[in-house]
Amino acid sequence: MFRLLEDSATDTVTVRIEDREYDVPAGISVAAAVLLCAVNKLRNTPVSGSPRLPYCMMGICFDCLVSIDGVPNRQACQVEVAQNMTIEYQQGAAELQQRE
Amino acid sequence: MKSHYELLVVGAGPAGLAASADAARLGIDVALVDEQKAPGGQIYRNASESADRAQVYLGKDYLRGKRLVDEFLQSRATYINNASVWYLDDRLETGILVDGASHFISADRLLLASGAQERPMPLPGWQLPGVMTAGAGQILLKSAAMVPTGRLVLAGGGPLLLLIAWQYLQAGVEIEAIIDTTPGAGLLATLPRLARALPALDYLLKGLSFILAIKKAGVPVYKAIDTLRAEGRESIESVSFSTVRGKRRVEVSIETDTLLLHQGVIANIRLPLAAGCEVEWDAQQQGWKVIRDIWGQSSANQVFVAGDCAGIVGARAGELQGRLGALEIAYQLHRIDLRQRNRAAQGIQKSLKRHLSIRPLLDALYAPSKAYQLPHDETLVCRCEEVYAGQIRQAIRMGCIGPNQVKAFTRCGMGPCQGCLCGSTVAALVADETGATMEQVGYFRVRPPFKPITLGELADT
Ligand code: FES
Repeated sequence: MFRLLEDSATDTVTVRIEDREYDVPAGISVAAAVLLCAVNKLRNTPVSGSPRLPYCMMGICFDCLVSIDGVPNRQACQVEVAQNMTIEYQQGAAELQQRE
Repeated sequence: MKSHYELLVVGAGPAGLAASADAARLGIDVALVDEQKAPGGQIYRNASESADRAQVYLGKDYLRGKRLVDEFLQSRATYINNASVWYLDDRLETGILVDGASHFISADRLLLASGAQERPMPLPGWQLPGVMTAGAGQILLKSAAMVPTGRLVLAGGGPLLLLIAWQYLQAGVEIEAIIDTTPGAGLLATLPRLARALPALDYLLKGLSFILAIKKAGVPVYKAIDTLRAEGRESIESVSFSTVRGKRRVEVSIETDTLLLHQGVIANIRLPLAAGCEVEWDAQQQGWKVIRDIWGQSSANQVFVAGDCAGIVGARAGELQGRLGALEIAYQLHRIDLRQRNRAAQGIQKSLKRHLSIRPLLDALYAPSKAYQLPHDETLVCRCEEVYAGQIRQAIRMGCIGPNQVKAFTRCGMGPCQGCLCGSTVAALVADETGATMEQVGYFRVRPPFKPITLGELADT
């Protein structure tokens, strides 16, 4: 999938993607982290259940919708990783109302 | 953040940065809202942090972005980052979402510089994991210094595709193949445009240097492409197409781990539309343009547009358009008089003319192929609601004569991306099936919220 170009000594943070923990560079987006950790899908589509990964990385396609720290429907490419963040796949349509 | 500014600028790319910095210098109380965490837009994304470090593979142009970002940050303009615009109306009332809370900002003048997006390139299998846009590849490179592993194929056409190929080669990334889908304007069509583009010789030379670097690296480039498709079950495994070898058309299949697609960029007209700006179809660019005067004033009262969101002009021209907008706004708000405005505008206009002279040639050289604007029936068009081209054609034949009817009938464009990735294809299909012009066909109606917003976020207002 993707790799880091330089083993620059950047700070890392630990995130949990599904049930595994990964150290990823601080400051990158959740979508970038997912591609770096070679996770093979972020979500299944609501209609046909087909797997998807980030497509545009700039906030327009919404193919990167995931659940972050229990909040569904977040755009992974627009959210920065944080220490101890929990990232979970999204299956089908999640209710939009769960952020209250 | 206040609830009112004299000028509100949307978008921190070259146009928005230049407009805000100049407006602030001219004494205007200006705020700039932007979706990203750092200024620069897509083209100069992360410029302030990675320009020095990554100059080798990102190129010198990126340094220009750093200067522009610095100019803005040192100005007195208010900077509101991580903010998405979810609401906008013709009374210059703007709703933004920051950190899960919504705020409303009003302004005397609005300058929209919301940039461009890549033209969607629907082809069979483009929804498979492992297929991304070339722009996405570039964002990963600029903001995270990340490059693809495994076998990489680039497909499509346009300056950005060449640029990213060059950047990857500079960074030591191998490219398995480049699949050039541009129909290629004939020499006759290109020559007169070439002459007109000579003032912008630097653009031509840069493009040429990219092409030479690709040749030198020995990357196979395939042309005269037909039936391009991505294949695989859970993710992309190969890319297949037919091409001409000698006099025969042959089938080629290349094993692939990452496929990056690109066929040019189109103006992001959603905010201008929401603000009530009139648009027109530009046949040359195959895209929409916001109708504007030389200062960037649109048909909507007190609303200015600058840069790619009003029609593709490129980063440098966008920056200059932003500066012209700031001058006119300063004049309208009585910070400068007519003579001062005109004197300051002279040099900018001259430079703008030079940077725009390359456009007709680029538009002709990299015109998008019809095949990915009018995809085959079995190609997915709406990635969100999973609607295929065949279903859309069927709806049109049953009497849906506009994008909004197609949407109501098929759900195409009703998903979270709100038609960003299917709108242009749906309009092209309607025009093709009904014989109407793009202007007659129009675009999906733009309705707030432009970004999904929860009741909780709204309640925080
Ligand atoms: S990858 Fe397209 S919106 Fe995040």
